[in-house]
Amino acid sequence: MSDVTHSGGVGLPSRHIGDEAAKRLKRRYAAEARFKFFGMAALSAACLSLLVLLWTIVSEGYTAFQQTHIKIEVEFSPDNIAPAGTADRRRLMAGDYRAVLFEALDRKWSDVTDRDGQRLLEGLFGSGAEVQLRDMVVADPSLIGRKVEVWLLSHSDVDMFFKGHVGADEASGGRMAARQVAWIEALRAKGEIEKRFHGRFLTGADSRDPEMVGVLGGVMGSIFTLAICFLLAFPLGIMAAIYLEEYAPKNRFTEIVEININNLAAVPSVVFGLLGLAVFIAFFGMPRSTPLVGGFVLALMSLPTVIIAARAAIKAVPPSIREAALGIGASKMQMIFHHVLPLAMPGILTGTIITMSHALGETAPLLMIGMVAFITDVPGGALDAATVLPVQIFMWADNPERGFIEKTSAAIMVLLAFMLVMNAGAIWLRKRFERRW
Amino acid sequence: MDAKQMDAIKPAQFPASADASPAKMAVKVACRDVNVHYGTKHALKGVGIDIRERQVTAFIGPSGCGKSTFLRCLNRMNDTVASARVTGSILLGGQDIYDPKIDVVQLRARVGMVFQKPNPFPKSIYENIVYGPRIHGLASTKAEFDEIVERSLRGAALWDEVKDRLNEPGTGLSGGQQQRLCIARAIAVSPEVILMDEPCSALDPIATAHVETLIDELRENFTIVIVTHNMQQAARVSQRTAFFHLGTLVEEDDTAAIFTNPRDERTQGYITGRYG
Repeated sequence: MSDVTHSGGVGLPSRHIGDEAAKRLKRRYAAEARFKFFGMAALSAACLSLLVLLWTIVSEGYTAFQQTHIKIEVEFSPDNIAPAGTADRRRLMAGDYRAVLFEALDRKWSDVTDRDGQRLLEGLFGSGAEVQLRDMVVADPSLIGRKVEVWLLSHSDVDMFFKGHVGADEASGGRMAARQVAWIEALRAKGEIEKRFHGRFLTGADSRDPEMVGVLGGVMGSIFTLAICFLLAFPLGIMAAIYLEEYAPKNRFTEIVEININNLAAVPSVVFGLLGLAVFIAFFGMPRSTPLVGGFVLALMSLPTVIIAARAAIKAVPPSIREAALGIGASKMQMIFHHVLPLAMPGILTGTIITMSHALGETAPLLMIGMVAFITDVPGGALDAATVLPVQIFMWADNPERGFIEKTSAAIMVLLAFMLVMNAGAIWLRKRFERRW
Repeated sequence: MDAKQMDAIKPAQFPASADASPAKMAVKVACRDVNVHYGTKHALKGVGIDIRERQVTAFIGPSGCGKSTFLRCLNRMNDTVASARVTGSILLGGQDIYDPKIDVVQLRARVGMVFQKPNPFPKSIYENIVYGPRIHGLASTKAEFDEIVERSLRGAALWDEVKDRLNEPGTGLSGGQQQRLCIARAIAVSPEVILMDEPCSALDPIATAHVETLIDELRENFTIVIVTHNMQQAARVSQRTAFFHLGTLVEEDDTAAIFTNPRDERTQGYITGRYG
């Protein structure tokens, strides 16, 4: 076979060599490059918008973790609170801390004697300062009768001005009088006014005053609501998926059930809120505004998605594994619980993570069941009235006071962090279930 | 296929030829008039065959002839196919396996199965073996399980290759080792019969040779039924051969007889390569 001739151009001409072919090749490469470029462009656009979003929120919200404090010497006189040695919490709570504050103001600014001036001085501090004083005494009753230097929360208007979010007068958005500005400048010169870390934002609940609000109420509400949602939707969803995939006879009834599950997954969430209102609250008489009902409603909303994800994951388990289990004499249930479910778990968890993240951000159905209430306590359980983080954000965003703007952004940061932690946990769990074939 | 090739696939000495005639062994599985319908399709038509103890019985035939379908009747794996309907009688040791009183889980412990594609569980080698004995409650202590693992892996001629890595995933083994692991898994529950559905079709020639040697060894303790596309394989490993065609059992005889002197001309045509 040594006399093979290469027919380069002679004999049969090839259609894949020559100018025409080169042009075709070039066109193909160009199309390929274009497609790659479009993909990159789409990805860049997505990254850019994410960055802009994060930047806006963080730049707007990071200041909320600090609050302007003013240093002042206060005397916890027994006249205003209770006799020294009182340990009764209720009596300590009932003290006149407003008077404590006012006396301290009189001492610090003894030159201000006119009523207008005094009112302006009082305006430097909000109700938060009184609460701070009260909390100090309740935590340590031995303070009664002593004089101490404390850093007190300034009024939100002072805070906004001091942080530079607004100017002093109304023209530049501020609400400060000229004399107040002068006092603040004097305090600044002496180092007696500064921004300090504000832990209350992470440990408190809602309030009328922006300097006093905290996200923990919303965070706990979200945790309880999601916990109930997960405890209901996850097992129910898996059970339903197993039944539909492994046991249900393929007949008309199953088909109708399947179609309805798919349809339910597409129903607007607010409708589930209405359902919850009508069924859980009106009919079963469950307490309104509670994470319990919220969790039920979100579970109803999440169930179809969890079922669909779980079914897809169960279906994706190779039949060879089922045959192996059955062939060795495993019963159907053993096959499902020993082999199919562990292999389907990563997929089920992926679907559940997405659904839970969805539920975490859900607002509309919870508005319908009254989780939009103004609640100043951190809920201690699923039966306490509560709100959830997204609803809290919604309420603050709705508030006209300037101080709430940074609080809203900060709460969004907390919500995002919550979501990241939750997803990270779920992904870690999923990794543990993942096995190589 | 001419006469010379015929000689090539016909081993000079059939493993059984030294024994008494394979047809004299006791009957393990007796099948009479077995019919299988998939929906409206009549896949298996009136099959009657005796599968004898401690022998390898090979089912051969062209694709779609019903040999795998029939094999899957023997441990009722067809039950998992919703549209399948099986009629006739299959007696395992004199007991009808389609009797409603028969527990299918127990039946499959008595009639093990090895599949076409190696399908170890995505677990460790050790776990693969002990799974069956555990669900059937055949052992309770660690020592008993260890003993079963060693015995099964030795029985499947895999022990020396994997004894140092029993806790590594069974899916990390080579294809041939995986198939022998599946065989070890099947014999771990001490079945009476082992069904093999083209066990070597996904293996290379060397792995195939390993598995074939193993099948010949297993014959001492188990009754083996093997479905194969490969006629040389049937000739090499089996004592009895059954030829299926279009859903019917055409001919069943000692392997030596089938390959040298087939009675039916369809068998003749198939083994000489006229179709298939």
